[in-house]
Amino acid sequence: MERIPILRIGEFLLATIQVDMHDQLALQLQDDLTKAIQRHGAKGVLIDISALEMVDSFIGRTISDISNMGRILGARTVLVGMQPAVAITLVELGLSLPGVATALDVDRGMTMLRAVLADD
Amino acid sequence: MAPSATMANSLQKHHKQLLSEWVKHLQSEVADGRKVRISPQELSTQADEFLQLLTDVVTGANPDDRRSAQFKALQGFLENMSRSRAQQGFTSAETATFIFSFKQPLFAALRVEAGNDANLLANEIWNATRLLDELGLITVSTYQHAREEIISRQQQEMLELSTPVVKLWEGILALPMIGTLDSARTQVVMESLLQKIVETGSQIAIIDITGVPTVDTLVAQHLLKTVTAIRLMGADCIISGVRPQIAQTIVHLGVDLAGVTTKANLADALALALKRTGNTLSR
Amino acid sequence: MDQIAAGEEPLRSQHDIVMARQAVRRLTRELSFSLVDQTKMVTAASELARNTLIYGGGGNMYWYTLRNGAKQGLRLVFSDQGPGIPDLELALTDGWTSGTGLGLGLTGARRLVNEFDIETSPAGTRVTIVRWS
Repeated sequence: MERIPILRIGEFLLATIQVDMHDQLALQLQDDLTKAIQRHGAKGVLIDISALEMVDSFIGRTISDISNMGRILGARTVLVGMQPAVAITLVELGLSLPGVATALDVDRGMTMLRAVLADD
Repeated sequence: MAPSATMANSLQKHHKQLLSEWVKHLQSEVADGRKVRISPQELSTQADEFLQLLTDVVTGANPDDRRSAQFKALQGFLENMSRSRAQQGFTSAETATFIFSFKQPLFAALRVEAGNDANLLANEIWNATRLLDELGLITVSTYQHAREEIISRQQQEMLELSTPVVKLWEGILALPMIGTLDSARTQVVMESLLQKIVETGSQIAIIDITGVPTVDTLVAQHLLKTVTAIRLMGADCIISGVRPQIAQTIVHLGVDLAGVTTKANLADALALALKRTGNTLSR
Repeated sequence: MDQIAAGEEPLRSQHDIVMARQAVRRLTRELSFSLVDQTKMVTAASELARNTLIYGGGGNMYWYTLRNGAKQGLRLVFSDQGPGIPDLELALTDGWTSGTGLGLGLTGARRLVNEFDIETSPAGTRVTIVRWS
């Protein structure tokens, strides 16, 4: 089965979602990321959704879950690159993803993670 | 209507004559001192095509069937023509004349085909009138819709122009909102702000409502939704120009602005934004 | 109001949900919906398609392109023969969730469209949504 590839950048992990995801794929990503955090002792996770043209309530909740699970495992998660139309729709849907950090792009996401980890 | 052989014959046998008389009439209508918006050549081509399509309908297997392929083709042609006339600025009367001026040449042809049969002639003229009136209405109706579309698009453009997003500094955008905000306007404006944030890669957006006299529930909710959407995208939002009256309204309306940074005026908001983006002010 | 075209998509697997989303994206783009409106409709379709699959035991999405004067629209009907929604009033109350998320799908989708209608009984459920350009 296809999986979202996870890239390792130092002590960070980067997952770039570029396909229209079905629920199973989202859950697989959740599983893969949590395992990868543990395996590599990752301190930060970046989820890049700049190519996603739609995020519905299931995907939104899955991302929220990944963030929460990651925190328990000692890693901070940053969601990057949400498109304006997607943001407007998610808010209208009633999802605001509290507790999920966000950044405009991967670069800023990494800067944010480094700053937070320096504080820790 | 039951278009008979008479109508079909008229259209087929007198095709050239019908076309030339009709086009002559059309061209005289168009070129009476006003701006000539359509070339005689083009007019002639359109008339010819209409005549051909009309003939197809009348001589087809089911001349009465409004869902037949032939009628659909004729309808499609008229709709396209109307839309393009609407875009070019013709009046609705000018557009409808295309059809109605065809009556005279057609009746002349029918008279020839009906010969001495007065009853037949009366029937044929009546049926032809009904058909042409129906086609005329299709033309006018399409024209109307096309005009409405054009006006609505122009309104949209004016809306976008009247609320520009301003770049205050590297990475800092400001959106000064002026006048009363209605739901539709707020939505359009918010969408354009979000788009600008992505385009410029700005980290902070300041929405200034100094120039907004009142804020009702819908507008307050829209502001809140915009702030949330900006945060989801990865940027920050500051609302400035919140006057005491508006603060009271928002609290009374029960809209929860917790987590939203607000400042009394644009200057304070800019100072905060500069600090957040790592700039320092010095005198 | 006229109906211009119609079609259907099966909703029997997760892959079908992805296909349905793409069909709605294509349809709304052809109807010249703004990007935001396209996204809202695709997202609403995703929510309802998922409900149909998971709570309805599978079903179909029927689509109809509409014309009303200068406006163009898209009607989607999600239909299944599942057990129905026991307490519709409750399910449609904002903020309600069955824990598995059924509520959010319905109320959320409703906020994203112009017209929303639902019929449900132990014999099945039918949700109709319409969005205009």
